[in-house]
Amino acid sequence: MYIEVKDACKKFVQDGKEFTALDHVSLDIEKGEFICLLGPSGCGKSTLLNALAGFEKVSSGSVRIDGKEVTEPSIDNITIFQNYGLLPWRNVLKNVELGLESKKVPKEEREKTAKKYLGLVGLSGYEKRYPKQLSGGQQQRVAIARGLAVDPEIIFMDEPFGALDAITRMKLQEDILKISREEKKTIIFVTHDIEEAVFLADRIVVMMADPGRIKSIVKVPLGSHRDRTNDDFLYVRDKIFELFNMKVNDYIEYNI
Amino acid sequence: MKKLLSLKNIVISIAILILIWQLLFMVSSYDKALFPSPKMALDALIEMTENGRLAENVTTSMYRFAAGYLSSVTVAVILGLILGRLPKVFQYINPAVQLLRPISPTAWMPFIVLLFGIGDVPAIVIIFIAAFFPVLLSTVAAVSNIDPIYLKVSKNFGIKQPALTWKVIFPAAFPQIANGIHLALGTAWIFLVAGEMVGAQSGLGYQIIDARNNIRADILLATILVIGLIGIILDGILKLIEKAILRSWGGVS
Repeated sequence: MYIEVKDACKKFVQDGKEFTALDHVSLDIEKGEFICLLGPSGCGKSTLLNALAGFEKVSSGSVRIDGKEVTEPSIDNITIFQNYGLLPWRNVLKNVELGLESKKVPKEEREKTAKKYLGLVGLSGYEKRYPKQLSGGQQQRVAIARGLAVDPEIIFMDEPFGALDAITRMKLQEDILKISREEKKTIIFVTHDIEEAVFLADRIVVMMADPGRIKSIVKVPLGSHRDRTNDDFLYVRDKIFELFNMKVNDYIEYNI
Repeated sequence: MKKLLSLKNIVISIAILILIWQLLFMVSSYDKALFPSPKMALDALIEMTENGRLAENVTTSMYRFAAGYLSSVTVAVILGLILGRLPKVFQYINPAVQLLRPISPTAWMPFIVLLFGIGDVPAIVIIFIAAFFPVLLSTVAAVSNIDPIYLKVSKNFGIKQPALTWKVIFPAAFPQIANGIHLALGTAWIFLVAGEMVGAQSGLGYQIIDARNNIRADILLATILVIGLIGIILDGILKLIEKAILRSWGGVS
């Protein structure tokens, strides 16, 4: 298995009280999968993502990628954050070149690669702009281009569209779905938005809080072309609502 | 329009100052030689300009100021960048800094003169001390206040030291560091005069002492005006540099 989480536990001490963010979580992910970690706040989805990305270590259990224990962040696995993490003193092009600089890519090639990925996220012509001059959606596109530019194996996304308005969010969801198919990346995507998860994921990992754990893993049997208004889509969405006990089961009489 | 308005404010403000001075001169019973009028100070200023003493002393003072201030800022920023990343080490250094910081740099003066003698060095050292602590402390604070996401991103993209410092930490902390550098400029300029009054035989500070010894209050006041004027100009230049840098860094301001 490409990504293997085995019996992972993560405990924090907060105000003298012990808090279990992850309680014996096990999860296998195959190369090229689009996985959504879905759940309410406090369910440990971000903790699990941080453990996979190497930002935090688990208290017990193991997290392996490609057979190797994850101990620190790697340039092969890029994380996209909710608040973008662009460097405000660099223009768009220089932001996208950031990772290529550490990879010691020559200057001309850096620029070429950066421009290519800026084109891919629809931001050609924005090279000389600064992050402050862009909208939230555009900034997140720059962050995505910056991630793709280093040609990572895995892209971790931590509620990346959480700060965006609904329409921009839907547009970006479509784009990231397209990019994931074209670039063939493994994507692990944290969200608390059920519809977002159903729209994007091959499999949805449904998590519950207190203690943070996996409740179930739902395979989304929808093809690569997804339509939010389609019956199948709504059916899967309903199934997830049921898992969270949010579906109203009472008989409702309609009078139209 | 805004610029014109502020120019108007400056002219009125200074006119009022000169007017009060003139009124005090007219009502005071002091000897003219001890309390000169604005006109007499202006004449003294012209005299100093013509005989070249002003230019000479300004040059001497500016050299000392540049040497003391620039070396202080450089050392303080470098040290601050290092200590800001080592909070555990800074815990042991901070109490000593807090002990030294409230001591007026002039208090060191006799000691410095004993060690280095009269000349350029005491003034330079005093400026160094005056600028050092505000810049050091603002740099340490700036570095420890950096948004952690920049460090997370740097780690993710494999940016290691020393690139981490000059690519990420310094630019991220720069706006706050610039604040300290700016604050220190005023302080350092104030202490230049103090340093030259005690530890030098040349420069603007010495010129004040010299004017007193010769009972030339007109020269004394003219020198004070020049000191104030240079202070404003230095502040203006630094503001321009600060703005230019911030603009080239994407208008962080």
